[in-house]
Amino acid sequence: MSSNGYKPKVAVFKFASCDGCQLSLLDCEDELLAVAAAIEICYFPEATRKVVKGPYDIALVEGSVTTHHDAQRIQQVRRSAKTLITIGACATAGGVQALRNWQDSAEMVRTVYAKPDFISTLKMSTPIAEHVPVDFELRGCPVQKYHLIELITATLIGRKPNIPAYSVCMECKRNGNLCIAVAQGEPCLGPVTQAGCGALCPAFNRGCYGCFGPMESANAEALTGVMLRNGSTKDEIQRNFRTYNAWAWQFRQASEEVEKR
Amino acid sequence: MSREATVSPAQGAMTIKVDCLARVEGEGALHVKVKSGKLQHVQVRIYEPPRLFEAFLRGRMAPEAVDITARICGICPIAYQMSAAHAIERAWGVTIDPRVRALRRLFYCGEWIESHALHVFCLHAPDFLGCQDVIEMAATHKPEVEMALRLKKLGNEIVRVLGGREIHPISACVGGFHKVPSNEELEPLVSELEWGLQAAEAGAKLVATFGFPEFNPDYEFVSLCHPEEYPLNEGRIVSSKGIDIDVGEFEDVFLEQHVKHSNALHSVVRERGSYQVGPVARYNLNFEKLPDTVKMLARELHAEPPLANPFKSILVRSLELMFACEEALRIIAEYAPPSEPHTEVEPKAGRGMAATEAPRGTLYHRYETDAGGRIESAKIVPPTSQNLKRIEDDLWEFLPGILHLPVDDITWRAEQAIRNYDPCISCATHYLRVYLDSE
Repeated sequence: MSSNGYKPKVAVFKFASCDGCQLSLLDCEDELLAVAAAIEICYFPEATRKVVKGPYDIALVEGSVTTHHDAQRIQQVRRSAKTLITIGACATAGGVQALRNWQDSAEMVRTVYAKPDFISTLKMSTPIAEHVPVDFELRGCPVQKYHLIELITATLIGRKPNIPAYSVCMECKRNGNLCIAVAQGEPCLGPVTQAGCGALCPAFNRGCYGCFGPMESANAEALTGVMLRNGSTKDEIQRNFRTYNAWAWQFRQASEEVEKR
Repeated sequence: MSREATVSPAQGAMTIKVDCLARVEGEGALHVKVKSGKLQHVQVRIYEPPRLFEAFLRGRMAPEAVDITARICGICPIAYQMSAAHAIERAWGVTIDPRVRALRRLFYCGEWIESHALHVFCLHAPDFLGCQDVIEMAATHKPEVEMALRLKKLGNEIVRVLGGREIHPISACVGGFHKVPSNEELEPLVSELEWGLQAAEAGAKLVATFGFPEFNPDYEFVSLCHPEEYPLNEGRIVSSKGIDIDVGEFEDVFLEQHVKHSNALHSVVRERGSYQVGPVARYNLNFEKLPDTVKMLARELHAEPPLANPFKSILVRSLELMFACEEALRIIAEYAPPSEPHTEVEPKAGRGMAATEAPRGTLYHRYETDAGGRIESAKIVPPTSQNLKRIEDDLWEFLPGILHLPVDDITWRAEQAIRNYDPCISCATHYLRVYLDSE
């Protein structure tokens, strides 16, 4: 709250997603009441019936754009918000539903729904930034809840958020994990994936599956070479890059390039 | 943008549109139409965009379904992980270590505690107390809200210890876990669970004092039933009207039906109609298997089965919350790490089905794999799509009795009746037939 008693207005919008990233906000059990006291939650249907009209100081946007209706709705959301922050892999990279982008989406609709005529969906699942300017993208499937609080705090006081841009390998080394790729030859996307999860998967004896999406300067091509040398098939490597952040350009490119090798 | 109502009292006409249902997971809308004082039209519309999971699962290696289907729902990812793992284990003939099985139950208890604490206190209780949300509720019920958040955190902590993080945990796999905890890692949960057991009891006593409208429809309850345990990961599918089948027969007995007025696909029992899954169904069909402490409290609160009032689902969830704390304590007390975290699996051609009890009810998965272990077809039936027709039926029966109330009250009561089911529309949508009009 500022000294004049003004509470910044925050709204949470959902597009195609699992709800998990906005749930992260409610998962801040120790901080929730303090956060709620510092801001005015104006629109957050998962948590409240209350609706306060915009404009908003911050719009948090979860989910990807997959319908005509949502492609229009995101324009309205952008107009209503001073700062628009996308949260999670769906909003920042198109999500797992972007796997349709390499397939015949009409055929997919026919597979899932008996009356495909009732379904109005776009051929592609796309990140919010392909539709409107975005002020900050918070990565992760799901996002890390403390990043969310840091980001809201930083935005409200007007400083740069302290969110790591380096790779999972940095976190993994700091945790003292044995490198699962070097020691066991496991396919691991840690070297090209943005930190933030705390390098969980290697600590659980499995390779990183890239749920935080590509780090800024990811050299995915080099990693493909390492994985091929360690015995992964091209198909495996492609599937590794094509999960929750498949449509993020670095992973997208790597998943397409591997076929040509 | 959210709610509108038009009333013309002279004609006894009224329409209610709630364009975005609040305090549910995902995006749904409610349309109600009244003419000459009579209910004409009730529709729970789902406009959550389809995400086409069953389609893009084809061609993936079956074990990937454990992590991928978790992304259908951020609220109950473990339910998806468990149903997927069990279905593929059945397809490939994998047997799991009993200690792994116990650990999976513990994992699931964590999700139940988190999800039920969230729904009971943060999403549903505000309706009974006349609050817009839990934040407003905290102004008058701060100790209770703090207790609820601590309970929720406890559930999340169990999930975090076993699975690395609260949402989309990373430890579950076909055959077991990538890594299992040591006794030392589980030990710190014990004192908090002992507190949780008492808190859940206090919570149940609190919600028992809420006002419940008199409403007892003739439900067909459907839930898993296990001979010895309150159901989580396995059992036969049983109903209050005589169904008793192996999970493999699920699709023979339950049908997805296209209802003209709705455009949404509804699950029904073939030739009988709507049914209910979830806490109230589980409770009515498995009451005897609850711990004595929970049964005693249920009697004290006059809440023993048969219990058909859907508004009392909040009380049943509170009792299940208590069960989940007690069950978690039991599992931790008896725990010894399995010799291997997971059984090695051999990809092969197969077909397997499984159902487990998500916090919101029975979640069914079926997979067919080719000789290399790739998914050829997948089918997922989440609890909310099974309850959807029943939710509409509830409204058809409940609304005529409250049409004399002011329209804002009718609207709120109708929303509350939907929230009785803790609907998860994100879950339902990858499967529901969705009608998107040009609004």
